[in-house]
Parts: sequence; structure tokens; C-alpha cells
Amino acid sequence: MPTMQTLKFVKREVPPFAAGALHTQAGPVYRATSNWSGADYWGMIKSRVSAFRMSYAVPAGLYAVGDPDKDSDVFVSANYKLSFDVLRRSLKGMNAWVLALDTKSINVWCAAGKGTFGTDELVAKIAEAKLDTVVSHRRLILPQLGAVGVNASGVRKKTGFSVSFGPVHARDIPAYVRAGYKKTKEISTIRFSLLDRMVLTPMEINPAMKKFPWIAAGILLIFGLQPSGILFKEAWFNSLPFLVMALLAVFAGAFVTPVLLPFVPFRSFAIKGWIVGMLPVFLSTHVFNTIDRHDTILLIVAYLLFPALSSYLALQFTGATTFTGMSGVKKELKIGLPIYIGTAGISLVLMIVFKLKEWGVV
Amino acid sequence: MKYLANVATLQYAPDKCTGCGRCVEVCPQGVFVLRQKLAAVTDKDLCMECGACAMNCEFGAISVNSGVGCAAALINSMVTGRPPSCGCDSTAAGCCG
Repeated sequence: MPTMQTLKFVKREVPPFAAGALHTQAGPVYRATSNWSGADYWGMIKSRVSAFRMSYAVPAGLYAVGDPDKDSDVFVSANYKLSFDVLRRSLKGMNAWVLALDTKSINVWCAAGKGTFGTDELVAKIAEAKLDTVVSHRRLILPQLGAVGVNASGVRKKTGFSVSFGPVHARDIPAYVRAGYKKTKEISTIRFSLLDRMVLTPMEINPAMKKFPWIAAGILLIFGLQPSGILFKEAWFNSLPFLVMALLAVFAGAFVTPVLLPFVPFRSFAIKGWIVGMLPVFLSTHVFNTIDRHDTILLIVAYLLFPALSSYLALQFTGATTFTGMSGVKKELKIGLPIYIGTAGISLVLMIVFKLKEWGVV
Repeated sequence: MKYLANVATLQYAPDKCTGCGRCVEVCPQGVFVLRQKLAAVTDKDLCMECGACAMNCEFGAISVNSGVGCAAALINSMVTGRPPSCGCDSTAAGCCG
């Protein structure tokens, strides 16, 4: 029977989520608490909004939850700390083993796609943890989305452990175990709820906003440019409607389109984003009259450029969804990219004509 | 929610199927069901080409051209000529949710 011990015999640095350790035949194993600390919540928030997640990891290897013994289930996870945290929280009240693979702090699904949550890594970690001495059974439960990278029959042939793919979400594990390791369609299908989509938008808005100063600088430069140099006062005044529309276009493509995804018509993300991107241009030119509507050139440029910007950003969201495939994205890019480039080119020419007219050259 | 119609590269050969049900177990979109002890495709347009089914079909009954469905990665690969890879390695892109 594993017993509680002091942590002195463990050489690795003690993880903050450890609640004691267990003695096993394969050596000491940390017990991970199922409770989240304030730091765990803060880490989740930071991971959702920034590149912080790229280095948010737990040491790979075997952990215990509760008081597992030789017959307890083994759940396999990634060493991305958010994935690991969600798993240990979901296992609250259960006695189980958790085997964290070294996925370079990347979540199960993405890591499986890259192959780091893969057959070879799983086989290696089973050996490193001496799992065959820790448990007497030969069963592993993997997150369903890990199936993208793990070949179950390959694992059985190499290690003797048979793999079951559990539910998509760790939170459904208790229900899965209670049902005798059976999955309903509900827990084996990936959902993409409003909340799911909302949580993903900061990572759409952030990269876009990093490029926004360049867009703004471009707009300011074009409007401020005079034969005598750059007039900043004029630049600011004349650019303002365009700056606002550009900002709204980013918001339309990186936030509104993802959040309202199922409610915007058409399946193409590029078209969805284009439709949503039309709205701020229409509102600012025809309702709030921010630019002179008789200035046909500016009007055309606004209608060309900003819906296209929103469309491009919406297309980026395909990388974060749960239902878009590579072939579809390729098809959208094949049609969309020439249109985006053409739109940008035509807008540039029109702006040059606009400036020449402003200067009285033509 | 469904993505573009008739683009998924999923191919299934029922004559190789043994009805083990592994594809039903791994597909996160419910593309496969067991009918009369054999796997059947419900709606190909639901397929997101993740590749889990092909990876785990022991009998080679399923093939799918799986890969990164991320616009940024695909554009990158067009520009650089390298195979598309998810932006998780760099701090610039954030395609992995």
C-alpha cells in the first residue's frame, strides 16, 4: 500500500500543486491536489490572453490523485499546465494515476496534431515511469483528442497496455467512469459553444492589435502627406474616421465574427468576416457621416479595405475552431488571398489618385 | 456547425472494415457510426480532417489528408515554402486554442 511520506526523499523541485507524495515500487510519486490555488486561476487567465502559455508546463511524468493503488485507472495527459490542472480538478474525489507526457507545454489536441502527444512519447513515458510496476492492470485512458497522435494498437504492441480513448473533455471523466467506461455521443463530440468561442478571442485580438500601430501609421501618413511635408494636425483630423473604421474592422473580424459564428450566414469564414466587416463601414459612413459621402474615392476605399481586413482576420479564426479542416481553409485561401491582395492594391491606387486630386495635380 | 461542403478528403473503404468501432470512439465530430456491425459515414461534411480515425484504424479502411487547418500556418508555408506548422512554436501566432 502506498503511504504518505514527507517530501524529503523526492529530488525534483516540489510542484506547488503537490499534496504529499506516494511510495510506489517505481519510486516516489507526487500527489497532485484537485484544488486550484489563486496562482492556478491566474495562470489560466494569462494562458488565455498571451504567449505566457508557451512556457506554462508541469514536469512530465507520473502523478497521483487521491490514494491510488495497483488497480487504479491511469489517465494520460499533456504537460501543458492548464490541461493538467483541468484533469486533476476533474478527478476530484477519485483515486487515480496521471501520466503527463512531455508535449512542450502544448495542449493535448495541438500536441497530438504535431505528434508530440504521440505513440512514441507515450511508450517512452510508460517505460520511464515504470508503469508496469506501479499498476498491475494494463489499461490506459487517454483524452479522446489525443487519438490524433496516438495509435492505440501501436501502444499495445510495444507496451502491452491497451488504450481507451475517454471523453473529449476531462470534466466528463467522472460520468464516463460511472457509466462503466462507456461514452455517450454527447461526451465524445466536441462542442463549440458561445463561451468556448469567446474564450478564444483574446488570442485573435491580441496578435491583430500588435499590427494595428502599423495600419494606423499608414493611415496617418497617407492623410498627412502634403507636397510640403507631413502635416500632423491635418493628418490626425482627416485620418480619424479611417482609424476608427480600421479599429472596428479588427473588432469585427477578431471578436464579433468568432462570437456570432453560427449566426452569420454562409459557411466560409472569409465571407462571414466580410459581412460583419461591412457593418462598421456602413454605420460610420451612412449613419454617423464620418466621411464626406460625396468623396467617392474615400467611400470606395473604405468599403473595399475594411470588410477585407475583417474577412482576413475572421479567416484566421479557422485555426482555433473545432470543426474546420485543412482542405477547406486551403480552398478559402486560394480564392481569398488574391482578392485581399487585389483589394489592397486597388485601394492604394485609389488613395494615390485621392492625394493627387487633393494636391490639385489632377 | 459545418464548414465548407464537399472539401473533406476523408475516404472510407467498408470492405476492409471489421466493425471494431475504434473510429466511432475517436471521431470528435460524430462522422462515424456502427450500422449492422460495420462502420458507416454519417455526413462527410462534418469531418474536420483531424486524422484520428485514420491513425487508429488497424485495418487501413480509412484515409484522410490531415494537417494544420490554420490560415496563418498555411499562408506562412506558401511564403516560406516549408510545410505548414502550427504557430505554437513562435510567440507571434496563436493558432492553437
